[in-house]
Amino acid sequence: MKPQDLLCPKPDGLYCPPGDFYIDPVRPVDRAVITHGHADHARAGHGVVAATPETLAIMAERYGEDFAGARQSLAYGETFTHNGVEVGMVPAGHVLGSAQAVVRWKGMTIVVSGDYKRRRDPTCAAFEPVPCDVFVTEATFGLPVFRHPDDAGEIASLLKSVAQFPERSHIVGAYALGKAQRVIRLLREAGWDRTIHVHGAMERLNRLYERHGVDLGPLAPATTGTKKDFEGAIIVAPPSALADRWSRRFPDPVDCFASGWMRVRARARQRGVELPLVISDHADWDELTSTLDELRPGEVWITHGREEALERWCELQDIPARALRLVGYDEEEGE
Amino acid sequence: MRAFAHLLDRLSLTSSRNAKLTLIEDFLRQTPDPERGWVLAALTGALSFNAAKPAFIRKAVEARMDVQLFAWSYDYVGDLAETVALVWPARPGANREPDLSEVVESLRTATRAEVQRLIEGWLDALDPDGRWALLKLMTGGLRVGVSARLAKQACANLGGVEIGAVEEVWHAMAPPYGDLFAWLEGRSERPSPDAPGRFRPVMLAQAVDEAVDFARLDPADYAAEWKWDGIRVQAVSERGERRLYTRTGDDISATFPDVIAAMDFEGAIDGELLVLQGGAAASFGDLQQRLNRKAVDAKLMAAFPAGIRAYDLLLEGEEDLRALPFAERRRRLEAFVARIDDPRIDLSPIQPFATWDDLAALRAAPPAGEPRIAEGLMLKRWDSVYEPGRPKGPWFKWKRDPHLIDAVLMYAQRGHGKRSSFYSDYTFGVWQEDETGTRRLTPVGKAYFGFTDEELKQIDKFVRDHTVERFGPVRSVRADLDFGLVFEVAFEGLQRSTRHKSGVAMRFPRISRIRWDKPAREADELATLERMLEP
Repeated sequence: MKPQDLLCPKPDGLYCPPGDFYIDPVRPVDRAVITHGHADHARAGHGVVAATPETLAIMAERYGEDFAGARQSLAYGETFTHNGVEVGMVPAGHVLGSAQAVVRWKGMTIVVSGDYKRRRDPTCAAFEPVPCDVFVTEATFGLPVFRHPDDAGEIASLLKSVAQFPERSHIVGAYALGKAQRVIRLLREAGWDRTIHVHGAMERLNRLYERHGVDLGPLAPATTGTKKDFEGAIIVAPPSALADRWSRRFPDPVDCFASGWMRVRARARQRGVELPLVISDHADWDELTSTLDELRPGEVWITHGREEALERWCELQDIPARALRLVGYDEEEGE
Repeated sequence: MRAFAHLLDRLSLTSSRNAKLTLIEDFLRQTPDPERGWVLAALTGALSFNAAKPAFIRKAVEARMDVQLFAWSYDYVGDLAETVALVWPARPGANREPDLSEVVESLRTATRAEVQRLIEGWLDALDPDGRWALLKLMTGGLRVGVSARLAKQACANLGGVEIGAVEEVWHAMAPPYGDLFAWLEGRSERPSPDAPGRFRPVMLAQAVDEAVDFARLDPADYAAEWKWDGIRVQAVSERGERRLYTRTGDDISATFPDVIAAMDFEGAIDGELLVLQGGAAASFGDLQQRLNRKAVDAKLMAAFPAGIRAYDLLLEGEEDLRALPFAERRRRLEAFVARIDDPRIDLSPIQPFATWDDLAALRAAPPAGEPRIAEGLMLKRWDSVYEPGRPKGPWFKWKRDPHLIDAVLMYAQRGHGKRSSFYSDYTFGVWQEDETGTRRLTPVGKAYFGFTDEELKQIDKFVRDHTVERFGPVRSVRADLDFGLVFEVAFEGLQRSTRHKSGVAMRFPRISRIRWDKPAREADELATLERMLEP
């Protein structure tokens, strides 16, 4: 039996013929297993959706309660079996509810990791390595230049800048699901207990995180108040809001952007970011390679990102690897 | 090294002058000697190593990692120092992180063979940001948008003194500037500025207000001369030290050895640095060929010989002339230049006039030859002493009216800092017929000021409402014969340029009016611009 008999790439996503389901399909299908709530992985309109309860809650929050025909809730550690194929969920450490889908059939194990990271994140459960025959990995930051620094250091440079420029506001561009809450939580851990102002687009997800036990501290909408009120304030907003007319209400804002892409200076310059914060929810090069080194799977499949460099690394390590060239996942902005 | 790297990073991404000053001042306040002094030296360009050639760095990294992976990485990042800083394999606990002082001290005594080993050791010990700063320094060139003047201003802010006071002592100081900081922090007396060859803070002119000033000023009180279109310099030759400074005190002697060689005098001349071809001033474009070059190119120096056109004399022998009236300094200058007797140092002639109307006529229609490319006229009170800064009254500049054309907005780019949510940098074009006789817009320049905040909001809205395509931070805006936004663009001069598709390059372009009323098809033709080209 070949691994391709259990999972194979199709135009709509990674498909399991014996189980008749897709993992993170990019178009509506009858049965879908969803690894996490980011829009490029979790889309509305499937028949049955199997996912962690947190991911199901995120999808309901984003798309409405009728986002799928039926839901199948799988907490971490739980499994279901369909047509003899067993599917289980194991934490991926990417965002709240993110999971690796562990697919077992006739003694073969394939782990579809979805998006993942290995470092500590106070807003979600940590990645758990699962021994497997095939490990399906992302490669968003699959180049040796991507080495994310310690996030506490990045938060410290944000707080230093706030102290240095007390008459200005600091707007932190952060993706609404996951990154925003992680940045807020890291600020709290660093001792910032003042009110953090948030963009309207992230309020519902913030509340959802709080319902799941992530304490974000005092938050307030960034829409009320005069310019003066925002002097010395930290505002968290989706990255697109930085360049938007929305940001003009704030006093001489320092544009900050929390993203792994900020590691490369030209990227920061191109976006007009004044204070780049290298904080990523994806594995960096060292995390990708050390994960593969730790698991030593029989085979590595690479879903999306910079697959050629990771393929090359596997070749140098004698780990068979191939790029699946799945389309539909955001490579640039999809954090 | 980490704090230094962090400072460089912040400076390179910050556009506001005040924010840069805050960043530098805070760093100088929080960092001990001698580290801060070496950082100040690095920022002011007083510290440059050519310790590591790019080829060596490349070889060193390729010995440590897969060549193919490095190639992809370099390809992605595009900057060798940054790529190597990021991909250099970490060796945790390899060595203690060096600070900048340690790097400077070690390089000073190291032999050529030791240098490479030292650099590799430091790269092993540093984190990516530290490696980046080190490599930028080693390969010569920080390029973080900080002028020496700005760094000196930050020093002045640190000590709560005027920048002139810092500039006067600057050239008596050497890195790591322990004496300077001791004075700025009130721990010692001000160092003596009396070093031979030092810079004297420059006197600048106010712009004349035609409506007000001419009514109250007596033409008999003023001397007039052309405002030459080069760069203002101070040429100091004192007790064997020869230096050429810009008006902000940057030492550019190394770029102009031909001028330094001609400075066979004892004194300090205030003048204009120009390319002088057979005694006549050439265009600013010619001078630009010589500016900002690290290495001096003999061929270039022969093709564009530089010289000084003297305006004023600040020092003659050991005598400081700055407290004398301009009339007296001028008399002494004329004799001084005559004695030097070198075609590379000549005199800016005084233009006689009786009434302001005479002068207005001269400015409107300069005589044939080099006055045609002057920027305008300077007015100096005959009794004015040489006073640093920009005092109101003694000196005026009266620039020529700018050229004006009507051009169509083609592309808009987002600004920086306060303007990062606005499309505030505009590329505009004029009409040109292509080979089929169709009129098309060809870009002729770029401008990002000249409008009010209110107008900026309106243009920003226009850009957002009429975007045709987006490329990163740039939007292309609808601009065709039937629709487009017309700007009246003012500029100082026009030169031929092979780097621009249109073949012309504007000097100092800015938006003078927004012509919401003007149909795009009535904007100017490229041929109109070509007729304005300088001789």
